[in-house]
Amino acid sequence: MKRITISPPVAAVLLAIVLFLLSGLLPNGYGNNLSVALAQATNIIRLSVFLGIIAAGQTLVIISGSEGIDLSAGAVVTLSAIVTYVIVKGQDGNVIPALIAALAIGAAIGFLNGIGIAYLKIAPLVMTLGMAGVVTGLILVAQHGNVSGAVAPLMTRIIARPVFLGIPGAVIIWIIFAALMWLLLERTTFGKKLFAIGTNRTTSRLSGVNVTGMVLLTYALAGMLSGLGGFLVLGNTGVVFINIGNPFLFPSIAAVAVGGTLLSGGKGSYFGTMAGALVLTLITSLLTTMQMPDSVRRMVLGATLLILISIYGRQRGFRQ
Amino acid sequence: MNRQRWQSVSFRNPYLFALLLFLLALLVNFIFQPNLFQRSILNSNMRVFLPLILLASGQAVVILGGGIDISVGAIVSIINAILASQLGAGASAEKTLLVVVIALLVGMVAGSINGFFIAFLRLQPIITTYATSFLFAGIALYILPEPGGGVPLVISSFYRDTTPLGLPLGLYIILLILIAWYMTRQTRYGRYLYAVGGKPDAAYETGVPVNTVQFSTYVISGLMAALGGVAITLLTGSGNAQVGDALTLASITAVVIGGTALRGGVGGIAGAILGAIILGLFKNIISFANVDLWWQTFVNAAIIVLALAAPGVINLLRRKRI
Repeated sequence: MKRITISPPVAAVLLAIVLFLLSGLLPNGYGNNLSVALAQATNIIRLSVFLGIIAAGQTLVIISGSEGIDLSAGAVVTLSAIVTYVIVKGQDGNVIPALIAALAIGAAIGFLNGIGIAYLKIAPLVMTLGMAGVVTGLILVAQHGNVSGAVAPLMTRIIARPVFLGIPGAVIIWIIFAALMWLLLERTTFGKKLFAIGTNRTTSRLSGVNVTGMVLLTYALAGMLSGLGGFLVLGNTGVVFINIGNPFLFPSIAAVAVGGTLLSGGKGSYFGTMAGALVLTLITSLLTTMQMPDSVRRMVLGATLLILISIYGRQRGFRQ
Repeated sequence: MNRQRWQSVSFRNPYLFALLLFLLALLVNFIFQPNLFQRSILNSNMRVFLPLILLASGQAVVILGGGIDISVGAIVSIINAILASQLGAGASAEKTLLVVVIALLVGMVAGSINGFFIAFLRLQPIITTYATSFLFAGIALYILPEPGGGVPLVISSFYRDTTPLGLPLGLYIILLILIAWYMTRQTRYGRYLYAVGGKPDAAYETGVPVNTVQFSTYVISGLMAALGGVAITLLTGSGNAQVGDALTLASITAVVIGGTALRGGVGGIAGAILGAIILGLFKNIISFANVDLWWQTFVNAAIIVLALAAPGVINLLRRKRI
């Protein structure tokens, strides 16, 4: 008997659509008002962009295997958002330097993670966890809890507002970004090697892959993408605060898992992560619209996540 | 010492590095706080360290078995919420005992939920316990929406000030855990645990009940988290449904500093207990060294990263030299 299989990304997208359609039936849902429904859908996709881009770096390190994970993503998002905020100072002309600084800082932190993991053989989970503490500490030292700066009008216009046919700029950025991620993973030697070291580091090394270099590069890249995430998140919120990045940390891992990427590495896709980010953002915003207390919201989110990963996050059994 | 000997020594004694680090931290702490070894100071330190020690012991069992438990902090929060909301300041001794027993059972049930999904449905531990941590944190907030409640003063001062033979209560508890652990290691279950963590496939093929062993590690972790929750409630004497949040990641760090490998199968509880004490000593040192308040988070995290990196640096240097 042949089992019907749906690939996780498709399943996640289908789930998102079904959930969204059902949400119309809620007492304060969009009902049969098509334009409101469309506006809500656009807004949810726009909100998914930030989680989606932060989860991109997470996707890379998780594919790279050997328990790869980046727990410093949240702290890097905060730091790069603060750096952007301070550098931009409300001037359009400062946006590009600020973006470069955000990317560079993210990459530098990711590189340090890579050194700890590749050379000092620290487990990725604890290395990036320790780094998260260091970065949070740095933020406190540098800012003493208050920052002065401002977001440039250009950033708000590009990221938060509709730019083309009512599509928000963030969504367009995400589409271009997704195309680049697909190229990186599927059409470059970096991508090939990444999946190779994720499947088996020893065989990759024996077949001539510079595993250490790849690990360094992957973590640096992941840090850089978190930096980009921080820049974009700031463009959306317009204000910066000390915990701006933390709420993205574990959802970024969950988005990768929901998207069908194996947490053991070597298998996965960015489309899956995008779908995962969409589902998670949708569930979170639905729970918010239903005006449930925080406690119930957390319980429902946890239970939903459990159900989602039970459906297609299962590892093979020992008997197989 | 040549390379082979160092490697075999560090392989046979995964706690060696933790022990050195512990002595170093103790020494530095003693320099900044000369009255460290006074009985009252020792006691006040131990009662602050104890919750993390309990959590780290449970976490170590899970990690030894090849898993990880991100929900321990949320379990602590549930227990704290239950105790603080059900007891209040005027509960009788019988009621207190009953509620504590119920709380421990709740911890084990929470652990078996984790274990069921991970061992029997074969889900990935990190993401499963992350999901359940939301579930548990939600339950904790549901039980105790606002910080408040409390426990009878008699009981919390029993926890604070009981010093049999002049030694802190925590020391006896650590001794109990260690005795239980060494007895467990002698049993078939103890050997199964290391086999499951080291090579689950090979363990399965040689007839080890892998799923049951994995399941049991999460139940143990849930129970230890519940004990940690009881300890922290007695320590603070009040209820706050988010009290456990900071403990989850600290428990993992403590286990790793204690020489237990995150991939499973190497290490043990003694190292995790040392690791938890080391983390506590670091905090002590920072507060007694008069580190500027704004720098404390950074210094603490930097010391932890250095402690994590040190074994790797030693290995790297040795490989270069020989």
